[in-house]
Amino acid sequence: MAEEQELFKVTIDGITVEVPKGTTILNAARKIGPQVAPPTMCYYSSLEGSGGKCRTCLVEVAAGSTKDPRPMPKLVASCRTEVMDGMIVKNVTSEKALDARKGIVEYLLINHPLDCPICDQAGECYLQDLSYDHGTEGTRYEFKRRTFVREDIGPYIQLHMTRCILCYRCLMVADQLTNSRSQGILLRGDSSEISTYISKAIENDFSGNMIDVCPVGALTDRTYRFKNRVWFLKPVDAHRDCDKCCGKVTLWNRGEEVFRVTSRKDPWGEVQKIDGKPAWICNTCRFEKKNTADWIIEGPTKVNRHSVISTNHYLKKVVPPDPLNKVLNGRSPILMMDINEVSQVNEPDIDLSILPGPATSNTFIEHDEKREIKETAAERLSINDHKKP
Amino acid sequence: MSKKLLLKNINVPGIKNFDVYRREGGYQSVEKALKMQTGDIVEEVKKSGLRGRGGAGFPTGMKWSFLAKPEGVARYLVCNADESEPGTFKDRYLMEYIPHLLIEGMIVSSYALGSSVSYIYIRGEYDWVADIVQEAINEARQKGFIGKNILGSGFDCEIYIYRGAGAYICGEETALLESLEGKRGLPRIKPPFPAIKGAWGCPTVVNNVETICAVVPIINEGGEAYSKIGIGRSTGTKLISACGNINKPGVYEIDMTITVEEFIYSDEYCGGIENGKRLKACIPGGSSVPILPANLLLRTAKGEPRLMNYESLADGGFITGSSMGSGGFIVLDEDQCIVKHTYTISRFYHHESCGQCSPCREGTGWMEKIFYNIENGRGKMKDIDLLWDVQRRIEGNTICPFGDAAAWPVAAAIRHFRDEFEWHILNPEECLVRNYGLANYADPLEAVAS
Repeated sequence: MAEEQELFKVTIDGITVEVPKGTTILNAARKIGPQVAPPTMCYYSSLEGSGGKCRTCLVEVAAGSTKDPRPMPKLVASCRTEVMDGMIVKNVTSEKALDARKGIVEYLLINHPLDCPICDQAGECYLQDLSYDHGTEGTRYEFKRRTFVREDIGPYIQLHMTRCILCYRCLMVADQLTNSRSQGILLRGDSSEISTYISKAIENDFSGNMIDVCPVGALTDRTYRFKNRVWFLKPVDAHRDCDKCCGKVTLWNRGEEVFRVTSRKDPWGEVQKIDGKPAWICNTCRFEKKNTADWIIEGPTKVNRHSVISTNHYLKKVVPPDPLNKVLNGRSPILMMDINEVSQVNEPDIDLSILPGPATSNTFIEHDEKREIKETAAERLSINDHKKP
Repeated sequence: MSKKLLLKNINVPGIKNFDVYRREGGYQSVEKALKMQTGDIVEEVKKSGLRGRGGAGFPTGMKWSFLAKPEGVARYLVCNADESEPGTFKDRYLMEYIPHLLIEGMIVSSYALGSSVSYIYIRGEYDWVADIVQEAINEARQKGFIGKNILGSGFDCEIYIYRGAGAYICGEETALLESLEGKRGLPRIKPPFPAIKGAWGCPTVVNNVETICAVVPIINEGGEAYSKIGIGRSTGTKLISACGNINKPGVYEIDMTITVEEFIYSDEYCGGIENGKRLKACIPGGSSVPILPANLLLRTAKGEPRLMNYESLADGGFITGSSMGSGGFIVLDEDQCIVKHTYTISRFYHHESCGQCSPCREGTGWMEKIFYNIENGRGKMKDIDLLWDVQRRIEGNTICPFGDAAAWPVAAAIRHFRDEFEWHILNPEECLVRNYGLANYADPLEAVAS
């Protein structure tokens, strides 16, 4: 018996959608599509209590609700604000929101090392996508960036704090998926860092999911580090019987070799929900089963997120159009000179390759003189030949 | 001489002791309140027009009436004694010299809100103050004002002191509650507001020390009488902690009808600028509110004399006005350097940022570094615009008001003293040895005469 759910009408960037009560603005926008969905760095739908920290999803609320149509004075974090009936939200149509987002990208990047060329996350990095979409070309920050020493936390995960944007997702994974959390935040402000405090291995069967939720390359898979670039790998869906987790994963292959195993991602880059539950995977599946024989392949993963991974996978081969028509503005070519023929016009009689040095004008004059001499000599010879027999 | 409500008995010898305090009429409000209905007390506070003294100035009676009252769920009253705003020391003064006033207010407020267990969150640096308050609580418990079934009314009242660890951010009410619960002091995302879901998920009211103390005279004299003091929506008396280049720094209780000029120059209050110098600028409400140059401080943009109250100080918005804030009145004379001053404030906010949300975490540090360069003669002209841009994108985009608090002083300093910033950048050598002085304000309004 389906209970009658209260539906709220919310208009986001001029598109109206009906969502159940209690939905956040972000999820309503995601229902419409990626064109109006605000970007997120810290919100993760499968993690309770996430969101509200990075401030990239700020949107303008032009009208609070039908009952109270006043606009909200400040931009609101769409991931934590619930919709009201008749709410009018402006995301990409709001200059204020876009300007704020530009600022946030700048803030996130001032202490980020921008070492994408050597970062394993490059190509599937939220921050990379965000800064391409909303950032500016250069930075105005002229000071030293904060740096940390890389740290191995356990045999499988490496923590590179320099890249961290402090989204707190990995703490929530530890809190919500594992029995105990061994890492936390030390210090405060811009010197705060994720750390195990006393160098300690994170040992838990589900700790590998921290790598999946990390929006940047701060937590990376040690079994995959520097092995390959994500855009060279072909993702395929596969599954195996696992007694710890659902066993439904994405294999990242190059040729026959499995380079890494991750959980399946939805179009928002978050862990897919299978049968209503987020399909987190265990460390055995993730780190130890790197052989195609361990898995039952289901088929290629649909990659429709516009990141670089999608550019060379399973799409129709794109042939660039012939630019000639465009250049000639619709006219057909009247005369096309064949360059070979043109050069033949000036082709010298002499074989330049046999000359000891570069050819000069004298070469050709001498050549002509020589030819004359040769000819006379030949004439003579021919006479002689004639005489000889 | 304006009417004194809170500091009336401050000079009575031994007022720290229960007996002396009781002899001077203390704890009468408890006896009176326990005979009243809880709803009537809230009504009385509403009538008084009392506004939160912690900085935001939200009407206290309204805050109390928002408190959710679900059945079977505990409610909490938390007193915010985490007074960390630079320039503000009024709560310390109250707790240090007349601690029983706070305890009395706490008991009355706890009764009105139905909170059997209440907390006083004292900042870590006030360790000796916490001891004084603890002593007062012990005395009140001995006399039967705290504990089970106080004064035979059937109401249980327990007051505990919780010491913070010295973080500015824990003065923000939700961060305070997190800290009270024993977690990292990170502000919560609102809604839900503490009145619905506060400490340990229960409805909670967080009030400033001075607000809770002000409940005592409201109950004693009635809300009507209290609302007649003051002007407009600024009712009652307010403690101002004046400091800076003035002859008589200290805590003053004012009724909010006096002008700023009177407050600075009258002998009853600050007693004028030190060494006969001239007034350059003033921060009227603690370091986070916008700084005002002398001309705008003494008169509003409309030319009316500015009064020491919520409305008048905020007149003109943040373009030509400021805010009452928490009452930390910092006066700067002509010898002070605005750039250095703002750098100090900026450094403070960088140090105290909790690091939860990105604009504040990264932006405050950036601003501090730019200020450091300008202050040390290494600034560039574009840095001023950059500072403006950085503060603009922090303001309003953060989880808690800390981001605003970090952005406002910078914005106001650039808005009103841009010429001083430019002078700093154009004279990198000179700015290290001498200050800009009074000079012309960049402000479009004419400089005040004399």
